[in-house]
Amino acid sequence: MSNTGNANEESKKECLIISWKDLTCGALVRDLKRIKENKTGTWRSLKPIWNKEKCVNCYRCWMFCPDGAVIIENDRVVGINYDYCKGCGICAKECPKKVQAIIMEREEK
Amino acid sequence: MILAKTGNEAIAYAMKQINPDVVAAYPITPSTEIVQIFSSYVADGEVDTEFVPVESEHSAMSACIAAAASGARAMTATSAQGLALMHEMLFIASGLRLPIVLCVVNRALSAPLNIHCDHTDSLASRDSGWIQIFCEDAQEAYDTTICAIKIAEKSFLPVMVTIDGFIISHCMQRIEVLSDEEVKSFIGEYKPNYNLLDVENPITLGPACLPDSFFEHKRAQAEGMNQALRYIEEVFKEYKERFNRELFILEEYHTKDAEVGILCMGSTSGTAKIAVDNLRGKGYQVGLFKLRVFRPIAVSYLQRSLKNLKILGILERMEGLSAFGGPLFNEVRSVLYDEPERPIIISYVYGLGGREITPEEIEEVFLELLSLKNKKRENIEKFRYINVR
Ligand code: SF4
Ligand code: SF4
Repeated sequence: MSNTGNANEESKKECLIISWKDLTCGALVRDLKRIKENKTGTWRSLKPIWNKEKCVNCYRCWMFCPDGAVIIENDRVVGINYDYCKGCGICAKECPKKVQAIIMEREEK
Repeated sequence: MILAKTGNEAIAYAMKQINPDVVAAYPITPSTEIVQIFSSYVADGEVDTEFVPVESEHSAMSACIAAAASGARAMTATSAQGLALMHEMLFIASGLRLPIVLCVVNRALSAPLNIHCDHTDSLASRDSGWIQIFCEDAQEAYDTTICAIKIAEKSFLPVMVTIDGFIISHCMQRIEVLSDEEVKSFIGEYKPNYNLLDVENPITLGPACLPDSFFEHKRAQAEGMNQALRYIEEVFKEYKERFNRELFILEEYHTKDAEVGILCMGSTSGTAKIAVDNLRGKGYQVGLFKLRVFRPIAVSYLQRSLKNLKILGILERMEGLSAFGGPLFNEVRSVLYDEPERPIIISYVYGLGGREITPEEIEEVFLELLSLKNKKRENIEKFRYINVR
């Protein structure tokens, strides 16, 4: 039994799953565009605040962020994507001690 | 070729011929030898396998999952507490539909501590979404291990192949093996359903599925198990056609004219066959049912074969601790519920922690069943034990 169907036909765009029969075998998602639509940053309790003045562009935060939420433009860190950042604080921990360009703050809800 | 091999050696030999991409394992009695022997095949360059000696059975199954999700053929072996420690990961392997093959050498679960055979370890994993096939002897273990690869890869379900600890795992037997080429051509190339390392086609594996979608995933997985028997039949049939060796889903021994039957799994079926022969010699019409496939439940086979019996004794190598018998008893009994005529069914728990069972004891069970067959079912004590002091 290979794939039992494909949930991403045009007609089925509105709803992620119409029926179990449309699911790909094995709890996986091939259509990564759909994954992007699923904003996973909504349940954050701490928020990383990035300081442009202090940042030395070492990329440590970008390398360690488990959610790819550190934004890089033209080879420079430019901020955090709060749509997906889950507030784990790894970036703040990994940012060099002497630099401390990221601090964690309580999320305002 | 004919060889003398213990159950563990037979499985290790089958694994060598399968030549899996990855074997990740942690040793535990009585399954240790399987991976120990296999690791020497790796060291001697007889297989191409990446051997991962991990720090626990939880990690062994985790590594197999990662390997299988990356498109590799992955195998491991364990027993008892090791299988219990894997428990969390068993559900992940099946939920991700990864065709891993796990050889379980059946052993009692602690406490109290015991290293000998009963079926508590395998049966306690029965709801984890794995196919489970029990083997009587080393030959069946060898043949089933090879078939398991193909069953797993056709059904995209993981498969457990079990043998009885020490009784089979450590007993030398005569087995016939296939040539390496025959095994290779039978199992063929593994065509994974997906490959996590394929960077051209990225996927998200095991995403969070909340109340709006988790249910559908489980329903789809259930369908996999609903269809699994078909793949087992297909693979066993092909194995017989190619190598003239028959593997059963439910093997029957002198059951045609039998009113009285015993059903059991694993090595005890060999002992029970002697009991049947002895009683047949004395003119008793008794028969044996050896259930090989416990997951999925072989409903059609059980119904067809058991419905015409007058009385059935289910020999269960596990104390279900349910106050209503063990899983083998309850599931077989439930399968027969819709039959208008169905046998009286009695549970016989036996052999816990490696307690020996003899042909004489099984003969006594048959004689007891014969004496009960015309009694009213509500008057019969259903839960019995063999040789407990
Ligand atoms: S808090 Fe965590 S998720 Fe958010 S940007 Fe930092 S490392 Fe990434
Ligand atoms: S780790 Fe700190 S200094 Fe380095 S790029 Fe990130 S924010 Fe800038």
